[in-house]
Amino acid sequence: MLTRRIIPCLDVRDGQVVKGVRFRDHVVMGAIEDLALRYRDEGADELVFYDITASPEGRSADLAWVERLGRLLDIPFCVAGGIRGVEQARRTLEAGADKISVNSPALERPDLIDALAAEFGVQCIVVGVDSEWVDGEWRVRQYTGDPNRMRDAARRTLDWLAEAERRGAGEIVLNCMGSDGVRRGYDLEQLRAARAVLRVPLIASGGAGAAEHFAAVFREADVDGALAASVFHSGAIAIPELKSYLAGEGIEVRR
Amino acid sequence: MTDVAVIDSGVANLGSVLAAFARADLPVRVARVPVELEGASHVVLPGVGSARPAMARLVASGFAEVVPRLTVPVLGICLGMQLLFRSSAEDDVACLGVIDAPVERLRALPGLRIPHMGWNRLDPVADDPLLAGFPEPAYAYFVHSYAAPVGPWTIAACSHGQPFSAVVRARNFVGAQFHPERSAAVGARLLRNFVGAP
Repeated sequence: MLTRRIIPCLDVRDGQVVKGVRFRDHVVMGAIEDLALRYRDEGADELVFYDITASPEGRSADLAWVERLGRLLDIPFCVAGGIRGVEQARRTLEAGADKISVNSPALERPDLIDALAAEFGVQCIVVGVDSEWVDGEWRVRQYTGDPNRMRDAARRTLDWLAEAERRGAGEIVLNCMGSDGVRRGYDLEQLRAARAVLRVPLIASGGAGAAEHFAAVFREADVDGALAASVFHSGAIAIPELKSYLAGEGIEVRR
Repeated sequence: MTDVAVIDSGVANLGSVLAAFARADLPVRVARVPVELEGASHVVLPGVGSARPAMARLVASGFAEVVPRLTVPVLGICLGMQLLFRSSAEDDVACLGVIDAPVERLRALPGLRIPHMGWNRLDPVADDPLLAGFPEPAYAYFVHSYAAPVGPWTIAACSHGQPFSAVVRARNFVGAQFHPERSAAVGARLLRNFVGAP
């Protein structure tokens, strides 16, 4: 049986891993390779590296660290941040990334998803979605890496998820901004609604604060993976203990 | 002497496969044209993407003619394993025909995620040196929407709504549907077993 994935997310800025609270006020957490190897050793199932400065500034992910990670890691990893076209995606995949994730550029030009899927196959195309509850509905937010540029993407979240899958997304990471960084649990209601409109794997993001939150999101929202950052970086949750707990709860995990 | 040649079939994960051999302390080189397979003790056929362009590249480069006739151990990885079969339902394309069975699309069942993406458990069905030293249970990392059926060629199966071949052997040809280069210790063990390293 397919196991549920535990996915530490490493927000990368200027070659270091950082973490902000509610997407603002970033604090340096450590060096990319040190954290990547630590999580590999602890039993992380996959890693996501997100260059949070890339998209707002129009840069693409620096490929030197992607190449180093590609040589270093023996678990899959995804690179997100500033991938705006097929050639940037190709270079990132050839540098060693197993998947690439697009967010704001796909909102600017949705057929980027079609082009990426046609070129590389849906299995390595992840669409990241930042979503927030606004005026009685979940809405997509764009350019969330920069508080000064962040804006409403003029799309309803559930509509955009369905469109992204139809265009060729092989996996969706849904970041629920209202719960991000505050450690009160994943947004189960929103994730359940997202699960209902998707057939591809769905990864929950935003809100993990305790082991119980992981059990709840797997059990109640039926997500394929749970992504978290600060609780892992700070040591508040250790992955081996988290997996033991989940296994004890009857949730199948790789150990 | 061990001389592993990895076929450059123009796919994006060539570097990842080379790095995996390097991490396992196994010497490895790239073969860009069939003549570079000469002298190789082991041959690896990696692959990601879809079947038709992959087969087209193997035909254009001449590998499609040479690979099925190899007598040294050959390892197909992911799409590279699927290409060892007779045909693929993906793009309805004829493949290398080393194993006389078709690769089919994973059946879409209610609640079943396609692609099959993530870590899943291997179910060994044959005692084969390629699986020696695997932990129990052994988990491997899969990413695919098409799969080979279970048959006499299956040495380890896996299940995602339906059983399918996770590791196969036919004479000197072996294949892994999962990605050894991203399957942590299990993947490294398989690569070392392939070349007969302890």
